[in-house]
Amino acid sequence: MQILRILLMRLTTTAITLLGVAIIVFFVIRVVPGNPVAMMLPPGATEDDIARLNALYGLDKSLVAQFGIWLSGVVQGDFGTSITSRQPVLGLVLGRLPATLELSIMALVIACLLGGAAALTGTRYRGTRTEAAIDVADGVALSVPDFLWGLVLILLFGVLVPIFHISGRVTPSLDLPFTTNFYLFESLLRLRLDLWADIVSHMFMPALALAIPLAAIIGQLLKQSLKETMNLDYVTLARTKGYGETRVILREALRNAALPTLTLVGVQFTFLIGGTVIIERLFSYEGLGNMAIDAVINRDLPLIQGIVILFAVIFTAVNLAVDLLYAVLNPRLRHA
Amino acid sequence: MSFLSVRNLTLRLKNGPRLLRRVSLDVAPGEVRGLVGESGAGKSMIGKAILGILPGAVEIAEGEIWLDGTDLLSLPPTERRRRIGATAALIPQDPLTALNPSHRIGPQITDRLVHILGWSRTDATARALDLLAEVHIPDPERVMRNYPHELSGGMRQRILIASAFAAEPKLIVADEPTTALDVTVQKQILRLIAGMQARHQTALLFVTHDLGVVSKVCQRLTVLYSGMVVEDASVTDFFAAPRHAYSAALLAATPKYTDPAAGLLPVPETVTASVRAEVEAFDRAMDSAINERGLADG
Ligand SMILES: Nc1ncnc2c1ncn2[C@@H]1O[C@H](COP(=O)(O)OP(=O)(O)OP(=O)(O)O)[C@@H](O)[C@H]1O
Ligand SMILES: [Mg+2]
Repeated sequence: MQILRILLMRLTTTAITLLGVAIIVFFVIRVVPGNPVAMMLPPGATEDDIARLNALYGLDKSLVAQFGIWLSGVVQGDFGTSITSRQPVLGLVLGRLPATLELSIMALVIACLLGGAAALTGTRYRGTRTEAAIDVADGVALSVPDFLWGLVLILLFGVLVPIFHISGRVTPSLDLPFTTNFYLFESLLRLRLDLWADIVSHMFMPALALAIPLAAIIGQLLKQSLKETMNLDYVTLARTKGYGETRVILREALRNAALPTLTLVGVQFTFLIGGTVIIERLFSYEGLGNMAIDAVINRDLPLIQGIVILFAVIFTAVNLAVDLLYAVLNPRLRHA
Repeated sequence: MSFLSVRNLTLRLKNGPRLLRRVSLDVAPGEVRGLVGESGAGKSMIGKAILGILPGAVEIAEGEIWLDGTDLLSLPPTERRRRIGATAALIPQDPLTALNPSHRIGPQITDRLVHILGWSRTDATARALDLLAEVHIPDPERVMRNYPHELSGGMRQRILIASAFAAEPKLIVADEPTTALDVTVQKQILRLIAGMQARHQTALLFVTHDLGVVSKVCQRLTVLYSGMVVEDASVTDFFAAPRHAYSAALLAATPKYTDPAAGLLPVPETVTASVRAEVEAFDRAMDSAINERGLADG
């Protein structure tokens, strides 16, 4: 019941949020100077040519009228046509979405593994030098932003000790048998482990760069929460039952300690997705973020709008997923 | 031969004051010993020391804790924990916080049997169902699948009692097991613990504020003041004629168990002043002994 209510509430607020995002992005990018049509035409095009193209893309109408036309199209699933590539925006954007999703999720998994390991080790050895060392590592990881970690990783593992690919999503000469753009996922399903390894080797560096700051946040929050939980009565009672300290942490404390951390990690994950824009550029990874930068450079207004809306949808979906997960993991809410 | 024997146990805050001062007490197999004293006297600290759950800030300065013929403090930590888990159990004070909110009741009772004592799941579950019936839980099968928040405080305390007896421990420490409960359920829970103890012949260290309860449940009692044992007597002797002025005052101050809610009346100032002087004299003697030893060593 609780879960259904959360879903309904969320769908309503999501619709309103997306409308707000649509309005802001539409008008803001039109305030920025630069005429996309003028940029498309070869030098020496006449005023007439520009006017004709402007009319073709509806850019001669008033802003409000343009917004109305665009919005009614969006509601029907038509996000317009990219000015640079002359293809439907929706298809372009959805084609790039899997690349960014796979990258973000891989980064999230790495962040949870690293951060979780740091928090558990720090809790197990609390009060010792090991915990102090982990705190220092967390601090360093946090104080360097993801794109700088990207540069560091490129230097270390792309240039000095070249074990990972640092550019692109997959080696271009490979023959790809895929029917979807979820390369990582589909290669695994098709048991093409050779392709899978190549894809992972391309993704690992950008994913790690995105993951490091989030891992530090998870490490700190979860450790704090775990240490507080370790002093609660039911954990103390479990100790008298004869369990070892590691089992007490994993079995008695971890789940309850993870719950309050979860919401914060969800918020941080949306920041991570935002980080893909620059990281994809840095690693020439063909995802949404890279496409967004190209679209801005080319003043491809419909494409920019489509990408921003899609990012907004992803953010709200992540927040919804976190709320649902919280409800599922917390027995009090599940049965309420 | 005592099953539990605490010898000269001295606890102190790290670089701070003493919390227990050479406390010695014994509990024979199947015996119930009451542990009374005012708030902050160190009653819970004794229980925590026995069960190996002292807070990080507290250190053991001196003493031995013999459980079933082994000095727990001489064992390595892992072995000590297993030994405690296999032979002793705790009935905690607050049933609302002593169960893990994200696990069902069943595993919270059976896990110790399976993981520490090596029982099969089936045997452990059967045992848990029996115990739940023994503590008068209606519909044990369903309760095993419940989460703690779905049950009342009284139910949860019954479950914790069942869980404490699950591994047939030889010693149970009950730390004010009824103070967090509604007055109406306190009596039932008390009777339940006494009945279970008699049936299972478990040694019981019963921490309480209430001398009325001691007179009903215990055979022997220890009176604690500021971490120091002021009296160790059989219940009959004690209620006939307490030997120490402080415990006499404590007894005089206890309303005749007609009104458990009233709690303790204050002990007269002259009595507390004299017992406090005893404690200070003890500390001075200890400190100078430590200093002399330090000089001799240096
Ligand atoms: N975690 C802790 N860290 C430091 N000192 C503590 C801690 N817990 C208790 N103490 C101190 O230890 C002393 C003994 O506390 P203890 O809990 O054993 O008292 P008690 O006799 O059980 O009292 P009550 O009847 O209120 O439960 C008190 O002076 C208390 O302030
Ligand atoms: Mg206490």
